[in-house]
Amino acid sequence: MRLHSSALLLIGVLALAACNNPNRFGAGGADGAGGYGPGGIGSTGLGGANDPTSPAYFAQTIGDRVLFQVDQSTINPEARMILTGQGQWLASNPQYTAIIEGHADEQGTREYNLALGARRASAVQEFLVSQGVQPGRLRTVSYGKERPLQVCSEESCYAQNRRAVTVISVGAGS
Amino acid sequence: MGAAQAKPIAAGRVAGGRIGERSALAQVGHAVVAGAAGPLPYAAARIDGFLRAVRRAPNTEGVTLMLRSLTWALALAGAAFAAAPVAAQDGPLRLEITEGVIEPLPYAVPAFVAENAAAQQYAAEISRVVASDLSGTGLFREIPASAHIARVTSFDAPVGYADWKAVNAEALITGAVSVSGDRLTVKFRLYDIYSGQQLGEGLQFAATTASWRRMAHKVADAAYSRITGESGYFDSRVVFVAEAGPKDQRQKRLGVMDYDGANVQYLTDSSTIVLAPRFSPTGDRVLFTTFETGFPRIKLLNVASVTAQLLPETPGTMTFAPRFSPDGRQVVYSLEQGGNTDIWKMDLNTGQSSRLTNTPAIETGPSFSPDGSRIVFESDRSGTQQLYVMSASGGEPTRISFGEGRYGTPVWSPRGDLIAFTKQNQGRFHIGVMRTDGSEERLLTASFLDEGPTWAPNGRVIMFTRESAGAGGEPRLYSVDITGRNLKAVTTEGAASDPAWSPLLP
Repeated sequence: MRLHSSALLLIGVLALAACNNPNRFGAGGADGAGGYGPGGIGSTGLGGANDPTSPAYFAQTIGDRVLFQVDQSTINPEARMILTGQGQWLASNPQYTAIIEGHADEQGTREYNLALGARRASAVQEFLVSQGVQPGRLRTVSYGKERPLQVCSEESCYAQNRRAVTVISVGAGS
Repeated sequence: MGAAQAKPIAAGRVAGGRIGERSALAQVGHAVVAGAAGPLPYAAARIDGFLRAVRRAPNTEGVTLMLRSLTWALALAGAAFAAAPVAAQDGPLRLEITEGVIEPLPYAVPAFVAENAAAQQYAAEISRVVASDLSGTGLFREIPASAHIARVTSFDAPVGYADWKAVNAEALITGAVSVSGDRLTVKFRLYDIYSGQQLGEGLQFAATTASWRRMAHKVADAAYSRITGESGYFDSRVVFVAEAGPKDQRQKRLGVMDYDGANVQYLTDSSTIVLAPRFSPTGDRVLFTTFETGFPRIKLLNVASVTAQLLPETPGTMTFAPRFSPDGRQVVYSLEQGGNTDIWKMDLNTGQSSRLTNTPAIETGPSFSPDGSRIVFESDRSGTQQLYVMSASGGEPTRISFGEGRYGTPVWSPRGDLIAFTKQNQGRFHIGVMRTDGSEERLLTASFLDEGPTWAPNGRVIMFTRESAGAGGEPRLYSVDITGRNLKAVTTEGAASDPAWSPLLP
């Protein structure tokens, strides 16, 4: 139990560290270097992104995030493709675990959006587990509307913010 | 020691001053416990040998001493909600906030008399805070000192009613301040100018000089209470989230301040996201949600010592949206597991928790009724966020919101009569109130994003978060009467969100 808590704490610390990195929410998708959809596939990132076993490759080439409709947590066909790739990558790279972050756009009350983000993260987790990823390698968290990727108050930004991002970290699962 | 180091507070005062104030307040509390001043923590003493201490029975006093020329205020406060038209549910922008504008009651509060040299600065500042409190309600209008004919140079000199009547004052507040060492004493009297007599007895408050603003609020609360028949709300605090930085990397920390934005003290640093603090029923503790473990969890903070501890939690879950029970012993909150969010209750002494709802829907925002028997919460079990009321022990809830749009963040009024909520409809956000059975819904505000109402201790005013749109958008705190009047921004140093009002301080 104690060990378990420590492991979670470590993951928490990693998540926090990542939190403070502005690139975390921005560079992966916003600059077009990767992320969602067919447009991202084949674009090559810098450095480690060429190494198919690297988290950078996962984020930029496989695609680390999927998007959702307003107030929905349904995995759409496009998201299904990305998540299938994520599942395969996680299967071939067992040294990694992942935290799935759920997010919402700003059009909602704070606590509801926290719950909605959790629904989205959980939907991704369930899909990955259905692909054979060990549940112990995945953990979910919701940021609700606290960490938008895009900051405008229009649907073009909202659509990017309604997302679940699979963040790869090193370490054995719990 | 001495007034020189404890001068009335200027903006940007250093933390050392605040700590000083805190210990001063603690001393006041201690003195009361140890002293023979009776039940009134601020040692409200009779000045004139009147029969009763007003604060022991504020309501009856207020009613029995109500004078004809002042009764309108009570009538307004009491009747406005029922009498004003209920906001139709077919038009969110039909705001009645400018309807029913009434003529505020004109009053005068000449600078309080300084009874010794050390009291001089306090005397002037205290009467200004009293005026700010009263005029800030929108129910009162101050007659500026430049218009005064009479001069109050002695607290015990007879009041020149004719001079005050000549400048159309209907109420007059006089006061006197004396300072001895770090001890400050404030006396005040309230007069009804038209009937030519004192309204209630004189009162005296004594505490340390560092608490001078609280004493001013006490004076204003007593005046408000006598004129309206309602209890006041000025001597109260607000805990909130102070925000800084760009929208996609917003830094958040907990702050606590006087209800009017003064005396800010920060309770956490900005190293992690914190959300939605809520005061305990006695104002000594705060529950809030923190990401400090990387996952949303509930923390219980002792305001005096500024120490906090995480509540026990099942690993792999998220917990958030906490609120105290009226007895302060339990917490009702949301627990998320496997993507599903339900409402739970925890005993703070034992750490034992029990589940109150069990559906696949999102259930959050729980808030107890003041008698502790029921809980209002939001659920999207119908397909959209709506408000429900259930027994405090769980069981089948009753839906109470049926208007167009979505309803969330319900909060039960401290008077028990109303539930405040956030409503979303057609791309706009509103703060509104409804009866506890869902009837008589009224929308009080409308904007791009209004959310998270909290009640003033007397149940007459609501504070909430209003966020502006766009990349540069940021939240600020606003307050509004339950009649929809007197919408105004609360002064804060920077962006601020998620206010929660304390009870009236003792």
